[in-house]
Amino acid sequence: MSEIICRDLTLGYENSILVQGLSFDIHSGDYLCIVGENGAGKSTLMKTILHLQKPISGDITYGDGLVPSEIGYLPQQTVVQKDFPASVWEVILSGRQSRLGKRPFYSHADKKEAMSNMERLGIADLKGRCYRELSGGQQQRVLLARALSATSRMILLDEPVSGLDPMATLEMYQIIQKLNKEGITVVMISHDIFSSVRYASHILHIGEEVFYGTVEEYADSSIGKRYLESGGMSEKCDHEDGDRGIEHSSERSLQGNAEDENGKA
Amino acid sequence: MEKLELYFSYPFVRYAFIVGVLIALCSSLLGVTLVLKRFSYIGDGLSHVAFGAIAIASVLGVTDNMLLVLPATVVCAVLLLNTGGQAKIKGDATIAMISVGSLAIGYLLMNVFSTSSNLSGDVCSTLFGSTSLLTLTLTDVVLSIVLSVAVVTLFILFYNRIFAVTFDESFARASGTAVNAYNLLIAVIIAVVIVLGMNLVGSLLVSALIIFPALSAMRMFKSFLSVTVCSAVLSVVCATVGMLTSIIWGTPVGSTIVAVDIMAFLLFLAAGKMRR
Repeated sequence: MSEIICRDLTLGYENSILVQGLSFDIHSGDYLCIVGENGAGKSTLMKTILHLQKPISGDITYGDGLVPSEIGYLPQQTVVQKDFPASVWEVILSGRQSRLGKRPFYSHADKKEAMSNMERLGIADLKGRCYRELSGGQQQRVLLARALSATSRMILLDEPVSGLDPMATLEMYQIIQKLNKEGITVVMISHDIFSSVRYASHILHIGEEVFYGTVEEYADSSIGKRYLESGGMSEKCDHEDGDRGIEHSSERSLQGNAEDENGKA
Repeated sequence: MEKLELYFSYPFVRYAFIVGVLIALCSSLLGVTLVLKRFSYIGDGLSHVAFGAIAIASVLGVTDNMLLVLPATVVCAVLLLNTGGQAKIKGDATIAMISVGSLAIGYLLMNVFSTSSNLSGDVCSTLFGSTSLLTLTLTDVVLSIVLSVAVVTLFILFYNRIFAVTFDESFARASGTAVNAYNLLIAVIIAVVIVLGMNLVGSLLVSALIIFPALSAMRMFKSFLSVTVCSAVLSVVCATVGMLTSIIWGTPVGSTIVAVDIMAFLLFLAAGKMRR
């Protein structure tokens, strides 16, 4: 049962093509990590899967009765959120917005679902707290609970552990693993190749060379071996927080530029 | 006190007072969204556009300013928001251009084609608000009440979506929320609020009416709902105090209200610091 089928995708922006000839399937219950150098098109791919951006060519089809709004998305944090007066409860409840339809307010069922997701991630005690005053790990859990409120099938995570301390990172990976074992399909962009290989079932490596397959196949492939050997190195380069800050503050168009530049560099 | 009683014995003053309170209420609602989405400068730009539109209206001899000013401002709001992202001239530069441009053209038109004997008085009251609430016309009063009710209703109906779009645009987009439509709605409401608020405090001061209550409330409260409620209440209180003060001491309405808003902000700032 394929939930998402990508065929011969070409991704990028008007003047620059980032990825070509991308074909892969995401099956129900998979844990897919998307890895690759900065600017290789990982975020672009994720936006394309979410229908936030159109592919230059190729098709993305949803199978198994999945609709785009049923995908729970955990985007990277934005600068706006750092100063936003919102309670944890308000943030998590907003995950139900795709279920609002034409109703102006959230129903009792929406609230129940949001509450059960809080309990599932062990953050029920944070309910009334202010989002901006939480630690990085707690904030990510809140956003994950929001993503879960939107879906019971698939979550897309854009670098969920960036900026977290080692303890919080480990906890985050364990939570995601637990959710995957409960039957939720996980698609994650990751800079952390070692954790990807450790937790994921499939790897999609994009860049000049494209690889898609199971973790075992990846570890045996030439590209996988090379990347795993140098993984520790490029890891460090990728974690410049200043760089990331610019990406957050800029809107769609600017982010496009930033990616273009990275791609050329 | 006697002075107040005398004033309030006129039904017209009472109407004007109600309008003032309603305007204060609407203008505060979207403050948080404006501040957080970095839209504050759009509000500022729009108020200058409205000034230009008023000048054109008075030159054309349109009997009721609002009928021309409101559509013009709404159109500009839509344009500013849509060019914000992709245009060659970046958003903030466009806004600076349009706002300064309309100020200059507005003053020029008023000067060249002026029919009034008291030109600087006219300009001054458009920029800083009427010296007294009594200058509101009956149409202004009715229109203000209708628009205020519309703004409050829209805000309540779309409250959850406005929160979602303000807090996390990408998530909202991914969940299938029509983000662009809601941004447009926000821009239109802002335009309406600005045109309304200009009657009370004038075009230069109207941004203050939108932003101060929200900024004050954000010092003290931690959830979107409590901040919104607090800024609405605060705005109404400040406007009331400001209007009463201006009647008693004969000070200009607009600047008095803004002065009260500033005092409230300082109070909340201090209280917020103490809480920590």
